[in-house]
Amino acid sequence: MMKRLQLDSDARRGLSQISLPFAFSVLLLAAPLTILLAMSFWTQDFLTLDRTFTLANFKEAWTSPVYRTLMLRSLKISIIVTVLTVGLAYPAAYYMSFVAPNNRKALLVFLITIPFWTSYLMRIFLWKVILGFNGVVNGSLMGLGIIDAPLDWISYNQFAVVLTLSHAWLPFAVLPIFVVMEKVNRSYLEAAQDLGDTPFQRFLRITLPLSMPGVVAATLIVFIPTIGDYVTPRLVGGPDGLMIANMIEIQFKNANNAPLGAALALSALVLVSSVAGIFVWLNRRYLKAEGAA
Amino acid sequence: MIKLSKIEKYYGTYHALRDVNCHIKEGEFFSLLGPSGSGKTTLLRTIAGFEGIDSGTVMIGGQSMDGVPPNMRPTNMVFQSYAIFPHMSVAQNVAYGLRSQRLDNAKTAEMVAESLAKVGLAGYGDRAAHALSGGQRQRVALARALILKPKVLLLDEPLSALDRQLREEMQSELRRLQRSLGITFVLVTHDQEEALTMSDRVAVMFEGQIAQLDTPQALYKHPASKRVAEFFGAMNVLKAEIIEVDGDTATTRIEGLGVAELAIPTGASAESSFCAGVRPESMTILDDGEQAYAKETSATVAEVEYRGEMTYYDVKFEGSDTPVVVSMRNTSNRELRKVGQQVRIGWESASAVLLLDQN
Repeated sequence: MMKRLQLDSDARRGLSQISLPFAFSVLLLAAPLTILLAMSFWTQDFLTLDRTFTLANFKEAWTSPVYRTLMLRSLKISIIVTVLTVGLAYPAAYYMSFVAPNNRKALLVFLITIPFWTSYLMRIFLWKVILGFNGVVNGSLMGLGIIDAPLDWISYNQFAVVLTLSHAWLPFAVLPIFVVMEKVNRSYLEAAQDLGDTPFQRFLRITLPLSMPGVVAATLIVFIPTIGDYVTPRLVGGPDGLMIANMIEIQFKNANNAPLGAALALSALVLVSSVAGIFVWLNRRYLKAEGAA
Repeated sequence: MIKLSKIEKYYGTYHALRDVNCHIKEGEFFSLLGPSGSGKTTLLRTIAGFEGIDSGTVMIGGQSMDGVPPNMRPTNMVFQSYAIFPHMSVAQNVAYGLRSQRLDNAKTAEMVAESLAKVGLAGYGDRAAHALSGGQRQRVALARALILKPKVLLLDEPLSALDRQLREEMQSELRRLQRSLGITFVLVTHDQEEALTMSDRVAVMFEGQIAQLDTPQALYKHPASKRVAEFFGAMNVLKAEIIEVDGDTATTRIEGLGVAELAIPTGASAESSFCAGVRPESMTILDDGEQAYAKETSATVAEVEYRGEMTYYDVKFEGSDTPVVVSMRNTSNRELRKVGQQVRIGWESASAVLLLDQN
């Protein structure tokens, strides 16, 4: 019996290695989530919290047209951003991995990270400058006499949010796809061609399915954070571009209704998790074969 | 079947293939043998179409392969890593190349089953590619290539990743497959034993050049140069001095051993320098009174290495410090010699070969 309780040295070392990050994540992730969960079942009573259990917050979050509109809009925007970003990232990663000469790859990865040298907030403000009423785009087009009045559809709306978010997340999408492509054994490509495939057939039958784990990772990396982004919609979204995270912020601060904010946050979490879960499930056959090189 | 003429290839400034000429016959088991970096894999990939050449021509089945991509060539390849597609089942892997033929499912399944049976994997079709052992992967790679009925099957070190027992098993199996199918096989290997046991003919390559091309027996018995000789099994290399040349043969004084009439190797010129090679098994330590050999030399035993079936003696000829290995089969009534013992070594002219001493 004693033997079973004793851990072998590997297990002990493993535990000691993960204990610190584990404590960290309990403190910063699990604890706040638990508080959020608890709070979502309570009621705000002016300055105090009424701690009797209620599902009223969730009912409001799921039935009120305002929240539903915002939720669906967030979902729509993040899906568009994800499709756009991953769609642009794939050819870039393909070029870096399969076309660029080996001695150029490190440089390309380095170039991909250049946007990170500027803070996220700074980049959003730059888009404001570019897209604004008197911004770079409108100013140039008017100066060239192509348009008479500033274009109103390029700023303070969903278009601006999609553009800004896509730009911000593009590098994050390129890297996981690139990494997975780098792992694709080049002899698979030669074997496919040797067996009669043209380069395009080979891409469809070998390269694309084998790089799908990277596409799935990139999709999740972009989709999950963008649905909850609130800085970008706040700064470039205008009233039409507001997303669910902005409403959560309003509930916690201005509206002084933390329980409703908590219920909205958890609802968004469930929505994101289910969409992500379905996406991973749909791609399960590509994820299984990975690592069997 | 395959005709390579004057092939030159550079990687930047590195001269990978130098003036390669050879003719691989139809239905032949042909091996490219050489140490790593000798250009043998490059040459194979040139035939497959994966490497371009800077000059020369590759003809397969009488047609120039100039500008013909790998997918249009009548060759199929078994890769060193086998390149079994990890996201497909065994059957999908084997059927991969059939797609362009637009067969119906029943016909495809029939051909896959037939091809798998040929390589001894009947019933493995539904297995996932990653659930296979190394030997099974190799068989799948073979089935996948053979199902397309190529004119030439190219094999890039197909056995190097297998353990010894499996390797020997696959050697005879590949040989059997090649005989029964009658397809031309071109095998790349760095293992001289593999090349000797499997091939009809072997091209020995060094530094991007074919050093010698011949049957295994001829390569073993009459290597043209010291380098080729040392690549095939054990060979004692001794200094040689040519006393007199008479047509194709040279009367040669071999260091410590004596004088012999040896054939002059092809490719020799007036400037060539020579040495003599003697295989350990082509000399005998004579018993007292035994007179079975034309020539005799006395020597001292310097080292004895008993290996069960054989005993390897390091001996020193009188007046020579070079240790020479003589191997003796341990027949039931033969005594082991001891270190320091004086012995008589029996040999004949045919025991030695004259070798070009280049590089």
